[in-house]
Amino acid sequence: MNNNSSEQRHEIDQYLREDRMPHIWCPGCGLGSVLHCFLNALVKTGIDMDKVVVVSGIGCTGRVAGYVKLDSFHTTHGRAIPFATGLKVANPELEVVVFSGDGDLVAIGGNHLIHAARRNLDMLVLCVNNFNYGMTGGQLGPTTPLEARTTTSPIGNYERPFNVPYLATASGAVYVARWTSMHVRRLEQTINEALQRRGFRFIEVIAPCPPVYGRMNRQPTGMDQMRYYRENSIIRHGADPKEVDIDLNGKIVVGKFIDIERPTYADLQDEIIQRAFGPEAPKREPAKKEATAAGSTPK
Amino acid sequence: MARRGPLVGEFFMNGDTACAEGGISAGCRFFAGYPITPATEVAERMAARLPEIGGTFIQMEDELASMAAILGASFAGVKAMTSTSGPGFSLMMENLGLGIMLETPCVLVNIQRAGPSTGLPTLTGQGDMMQARWGSHGPYSIIALSPSSPQECYHLTIKAFNLSEKYRTPVLVMADEIVGHMSEKVVIPPPEDITLTPRRKPTVPPEEYVPFQPDADLVPPMANAGEGYRFHVTGLTHDERGYPVMTAEAQDKLVRRLVDKIEKNKADIIEIEEDGIDNADVVVCSYGISARVSRFAIERAREEGIKVGVLRLITVWPFPEERIRQIAQQVKAFVVPEINYGQIALEVERCACGAADTILVPHMGGSAHRPETIIDAIRRAIG
Repeated sequence: MNNNSSEQRHEIDQYLREDRMPHIWCPGCGLGSVLHCFLNALVKTGIDMDKVVVVSGIGCTGRVAGYVKLDSFHTTHGRAIPFATGLKVANPELEVVVFSGDGDLVAIGGNHLIHAARRNLDMLVLCVNNFNYGMTGGQLGPTTPLEARTTTSPIGNYERPFNVPYLATASGAVYVARWTSMHVRRLEQTINEALQRRGFRFIEVIAPCPPVYGRMNRQPTGMDQMRYYRENSIIRHGADPKEVDIDLNGKIVVGKFIDIERPTYADLQDEIIQRAFGPEAPKREPAKKEATAAGSTPK
Repeated sequence: MARRGPLVGEFFMNGDTACAEGGISAGCRFFAGYPITPATEVAERMAARLPEIGGTFIQMEDELASMAAILGASFAGVKAMTSTSGPGFSLMMENLGLGIMLETPCVLVNIQRAGPSTGLPTLTGQGDMMQARWGSHGPYSIIALSPSSPQECYHLTIKAFNLSEKYRTPVLVMADEIVGHMSEKVVIPPPEDITLTPRRKPTVPPEEYVPFQPDADLVPPMANAGEGYRFHVTGLTHDERGYPVMTAEAQDKLVRRLVDKIEKNKADIIEIEEDGIDNADVVVCSYGISARVSRFAIERAREEGIKVGVLRLITVWPFPEERIRQIAQQVKAFVVPEINYGQIALEVERCACGAADTILVPHMGGSAHRPETIIDAIRRAIG
C-alpha cells in the first residue's frame, strides 16, 4: 500500500480529538465549518496552543469543547462565560475562547454575557446562532425570528428576538462581527483578527440547523439554508448594530460592526491597584499580550 | 513583593472575617462572590485583602456565576473560594454539581440564615444541612464542616482547602449567622506552623496523562489549564480520559468512584469532638452554634446528676455513621438540638437504628435555642 497520500495530514488535525470522531452533529449542520474556521484562524495567529483554553456551555455548539485537542471545558448550561472568567482572571496568560450557542449564551447565560462585556474581560466569544434549541429537538429560543415555527411555537413565534450584535455592543463589547457559516473565508479572517485583539470580543455566526429549524421553516436541507445565506446576506462593515435585526427568512446583514479599544478588566484592575499601593503594589501575573490595534478595515 | 501576607497574631474578629482569613492562610488567591446577608463580610474582607497580596476578588453578577468562576479559577491553578447564604446557596447547587463532576478543588462558605426562601436574612438558621448533602441533583458525596466559633471558622476554612485539594472536590464550610457575626479572639499562627495540602499534580508527560485515572485512594492527579496537558473535562458522564460516555456502565464506574473517594476515606476526613461519652446515659449530638448552646444545658443537666455526653460534629458530611452506631449501643438516647425541623436528627436516628432513642430539639430559626428546651429534652431522654 502506498501510504504517501494517506499519511497527508491537515494542519489542524493535531488540534482535533480524532479519537472522538465521528462527531454528533447532523448532516448539513454548520458547526463543522465554524470549528474548521476557528482552528485555521487560531493556527495562523501563532499563539502558543498550550495557553489556549476553549470553554463551552450546553447544546450542539457546547460539544465543540469536546472535539478540540486543547485544554477544554464543557460546563453547565449558560455558565461558559463565568467559568471562563475564573480561568482568565486567575491566570491572565491564558488565551480564553468561549464557543457556545445562542440559547446557551443569550438566554440562560444572557446575564453573564452582558456583564462580561461590561467588564471588558479579555476573551473571545463565538456564538453560533441557529435560531433555535437544536439539541433538544428545535424549540423557540431568544434569537428565533418572529413568526418562525419551532416545536414550542407551533403556530409561529410571537416573541421578539434579540438582535445579538446590538446586545453585545450595547453591553460594552469592543469587537463585534457577524458572518454565516457559508462565509468561511471571511469568518476565518475575522476570527483570526479578533484573536489578536484584546478585551471582550464577540462574533455571531449564523448557522444551519436543517433537521429541526430548517425543516420547520421551509429550508429542510443544509443546501437550502446555504442558498438562503448566499442570496440574502448583505456585507456591510461598520453597520450600526441597531440595524442588523434578522426577520424570518429575511436579509442577514454581516460584517465587522465594531472594532474599538477600551481598557480591559485587567488594565483597570492593575491601574487601581497601582494607584492604591504605589511602588509597593503586589506583583501580578503578566496580563498584557501583544495585541493588534483596533479599527482596521476588513479586506 | 506582597504588601501584606497572611496575618499573624491574636485578633478580635467575627466568624465571617475569620473564614476569609482562613482562606488567605490556606493560600486562597481568588474569590468570586455576590453580596448576601449574613455572608457579605466574608466577601468584603476578601475584597480588602486579596488585592494587597496579589490575589483577585471579583464580584460576580449572581451566585450561579460566582460558583462557576471559582471552578474556572481552580482549573487555572489558583486556590479559590466563595461565600453565600441560603438563597445564594440554592443557586450555587448547579455548579457545585459541576465541581463534583469535574473534581475541582474549591471552598464554599455558607453562613446559614433562616429560610425557606428569603426567610430571616439577618437571623440565624441551620436549615441548609440536608441541602449541603443532597442539594445538587444526582448521586454524589460531599464534605461539609461546621464551625462553632470564629477561631474554628479560621481553622476549618484552612482544613476545607486541604481536604478539597486532597480529595479533588468542593468542600463546604457550613457556619451560621450567629457564629458568622459573633466576634471573639482568633489566633492566627505564623505560616510555617500551618500545614497545607498541595495539589496532586500529574507525574507523567502530557501524552501519557489520563485526566481521570485515579491513584490508589481513588483521587486522580490534576493538571492545570495552560500547562500543556491539553485535557478535556465535561459535566457529562465520562471515562478516565474525560470523554463523554453515555452508558449505564460508565455512569456506574464514575459515580461509584466519586462517592467512594469520600466514603472510603471517612476515617481521614471525619473530625468530631467528644466529651464524657464512655459512661453517659444521654448524648447530645449537635454542631455549629447549637453545640455551643448545648454546652450550657449539658453542664446544668450534669449538675442534676444526669450522665450526659457530648458529640459535636465538626465534620457533618460524610456523617460519622460508625461512631453513632457504637454509641447507640451504650446510651439510652441521643438529644439532637438543631435550628431546623429535623435534618441531622434524621441521620442520627438512622444510624442509631432503634438501639437508642433520638430526641430532636427543633428550633425554626431566628435565634439559637433557649438552653431550657435542651435541658428538658435531656431529662425526657432518661425518662
